[in-house]
Amino acid sequence: MRSKDIALVALFAAITVVLGLFPLIELPLVPAPFTAQTLGVMLAGSILGARRGGLAILLFVVLVAIGLPVLPGGRGGIGVILGPTGGFILAYPVGAFVTGLITEWLWRRYNVAYALLANAIGGALVLYVIGIPWMAMSANLPLGKAITGSVVFLPGDLAKIIVASLTAVTVRRAYPLVQPRQAA
Amino acid sequence: MLSLYHEARSPVHAMPAGAKLLVLLGTGTGLFFVRSIGALGVAMGVVVLGYALARVPARVGLRHLLPILPVLAVIVVAQVLLTDWVTAALVGQRIVVLVALANLVTLTTRTSAMVATVEAVLRPLRPLGVRPERVGLVVAMTVRFIPVLKEQADQVRAAQRARGVRRSTRFLTPLLIKTLRLADGLGDALEARGAGSD
Repeated sequence: MRSKDIALVALFAAITVVLGLFPLIELPLVPAPFTAQTLGVMLAGSILGARRGGLAILLFVVLVAIGLPVLPGGRGGIGVILGPTGGFILAYPVGAFVTGLITEWLWRRYNVAYALLANAIGGALVLYVIGIPWMAMSANLPLGKAITGSVVFLPGDLAKIIVASLTAVTVRRAYPLVQPRQAA
Repeated sequence: MLSLYHEARSPVHAMPAGAKLLVLLGTGTGLFFVRSIGALGVAMGVVVLGYALARVPARVGLRHLLPILPVLAVIVVAQVLLTDWVTAALVGQRIVVLVALANLVTLTTRTSAMVATVEAVLRPLRPLGVRPERVGLVVAMTVRFIPVLKEQADQVRAAQRARGVRRSTRFLTPLLIKTLRLADGLGDALEARGAGSD
């Protein structure tokens, strides 16, 4: 990794923390892990690509785990990760990586539609696939019920996918950082 | 940035971070096999004793449990509706015990000790190109830049508000461009200090 990459990874971990301080979309009664922070997950993958984006968000999760209050509301620590919603947080780096991977495949033809696709899969679907079974396990709920219960997050996530995609396309014009990759 | 560490002199604080994490890992796994309210009650008692031993005041311990309350309430209500009170109590207890114990580890372990543990865990991955000694550097860099970027975000928002931009998401693009510019300078500074290689 070049120095510039290390700087990007550290700064995107920091920006993900900062995004958690701004409640872009506030839903009543929805627990804190579902605030603007996943916007950071999507943007890291969309702007930095798979490797750097995934590492930036992995670094963010390390900050949580070592006990820094970097989650919304000044939360943090291993307790958050081992709690019922911890699977979502553990899924963040994977989500950023997948977002980045799809972005790299589509980079030459990248537009809002492709950005929406990459962010929906990496920034939402991947988080559900890991976070919901984790919650079902922790809460001893049947998977079906856990899925039904998670429907409340869809409107917020949809809004975040749109915001992240529009932003990623604009930033690409000013600062194209992703290395395109041929689809296998 | 303040960490969640709670300063005190106690045997729990003195325990090596790795040992505390192993206890937590073992307990976390073991709890899933416990199917009796009595046994979980004992586990809860042991955790409370742990807090007392660590000289963490009940007020501090409870404050860190507070954030899981909404999710916990939803889960317990769902369990009561879907199954019965006993299962609801079991599931609720298990989550509280696990999160409380994990919080105790966080409250009694310095960030530096945690970073050292992360580095130790990553050491076997060195042949794969992982550089464990960089963890401390990037963690420190990130923590240093959180207030800087927060300040930038506030500035962008203030400037936009002055121009009458109402949509709160508009501040993202300028903030990200500023961040990427910052990375250019920071990358050069790191290069000059020989931080980047390979």
